[in-house]
Amino acid sequence: MPDLTPLWLTLRIASCATLLAFAFAVGFAWLTARFTFWGRDFLDAILTLPLVMPPTVLGYYLIVVWGRNGWLGGWLHAHLGLSLMFTWQGAVLAATVVSFPLLFKSARAAFEGVSTEYEQAARILGDNELRVFFRITLPLAARGLLAGTMLAFARAMGDFGATLMVAGNIEGKTQTAAMAVFDAVAAGDYTLANTLVAIMSVVCVTILVMTNKLASRGRAGR
Amino acid sequence: MRLEVDIRKTLQSGDRRFELEAVFSSQDDLTVIFGASGSGKSLTIQAIAGLVTPEQGRITVGGETLFDGSQGLNLPARKRGVGYLFQDYALFPHLTVRDNIGYPLKKSWPFHLLPDDRREVAEIMASFEITHLAESYPVELSGGQKQRVALARALITKPSILLLDEPFSALDSMLRHRMRMELLEIRQRFAVPLVVITHDPADVEVFADTLVIFANGRVKEVSGRKNLATPDEDDGWRAKVCWRAQWKKERLAAA
Repeated sequence: MPDLTPLWLTLRIASCATLLAFAFAVGFAWLTARFTFWGRDFLDAILTLPLVMPPTVLGYYLIVVWGRNGWLGGWLHAHLGLSLMFTWQGAVLAATVVSFPLLFKSARAAFEGVSTEYEQAARILGDNELRVFFRITLPLAARGLLAGTMLAFARAMGDFGATLMVAGNIEGKTQTAAMAVFDAVAAGDYTLANTLVAIMSVVCVTILVMTNKLASRGRAGR
Repeated sequence: MRLEVDIRKTLQSGDRRFELEAVFSSQDDLTVIFGASGSGKSLTIQAIAGLVTPEQGRITVGGETLFDGSQGLNLPARKRGVGYLFQDYALFPHLTVRDNIGYPLKKSWPFHLLPDDRREVAEIMASFEITHLAESYPVELSGGQKQRVALARALITKPSILLLDEPFSALDSMLRHRMRMELLEIRQRFAVPLVVITHDPADVEVFADTLVIFANGRVKEVSGRKNLATPDEDDGWRAKVCWRAQWKKERLAAA
């Protein structure tokens, strides 16, 4: 039985990253979908950037910001003695950034698909803004949010470049499945490579099939 | 019921500009705001409901001031106690008929209906003859059924006034006539004043005790029936409908 530690680590990192990305993406998506403000298109572009940039470039940016001498990382190191570099938390950071745009884009489309008339009706029926969000907007956008979350999870699981730059490739510590496959092939260990590749493929195909099902049922329901 | 509206609002979109100056009042329980689309009538009732904030002016319903620009008073929509029937009903698609109607009654998480509220929902569903639809979703309903559900949901909060945005335009003509009669009957049963906006003269015939005619963002004419001879109250609403029909035809011809 090949060593499956990288797989568990990948699941842990991808889960944390998806949760983080979800919180930020829902917030920003709601903001950009429901309000018109100066610089909205620019904000949208910045938030979507990780989708099109090479992962290594993203990783480099993350080092600049979060590294020991970085803007935020320097503060963290000086005041709390913490560093995200070469830790699994750093890998979470990288995976969050690369998966964020997928969730953000889906969430924004989902929120924009919710007619504001339902929200107005809820207001007239006595709801404040918080209740409108949790009783109307969120449930009506749920399918799109879930589909985006699954895509983001798949993307977070598969990240290679950004994670490598930030967290390195330390066996048992930051070595995710994607990196383990790389190492296994380089070392000629095809049993391990085949096992990891097979598992990753099954998980990703399952996620995509479920996402498509959600999307098509969403269309039929409206 | 006294409704007083005196508001101004400017909408700007690109180089298109729309100025609303709505000034009218009504003493009657049946008020029709009549005008072509784009005349500002929708904007006006949205302002009454609190969905749109006028730049200046005053809105009073039954003696309660909902908006007063000079005092900086602007009650949020949820506190206005106003009922609103949307043109395509705006029934929440993720909730059953029962949960749609009970929606305004459940105020806090986890949004379960208390026994008293359940009874209230059951009663209003019975009175609208939609009990058998309780577990259906809005997508499964016909146009007339949707309208009944939307009316039940709007009236369960016992609003001080019910605003209706083109209430019959989404229905076919056979159903339209029936739902008009139903609405008149509901108005009497729930004793709620109605404000109907429409561009259909047939609605004017049935619903206008006070008729407000809008054109190009302004009130062109307000006419009430108070200064005219009225038929005896005991004649019932059917007689009134016939009487109104004639009177309205004259008014519309004059406008």
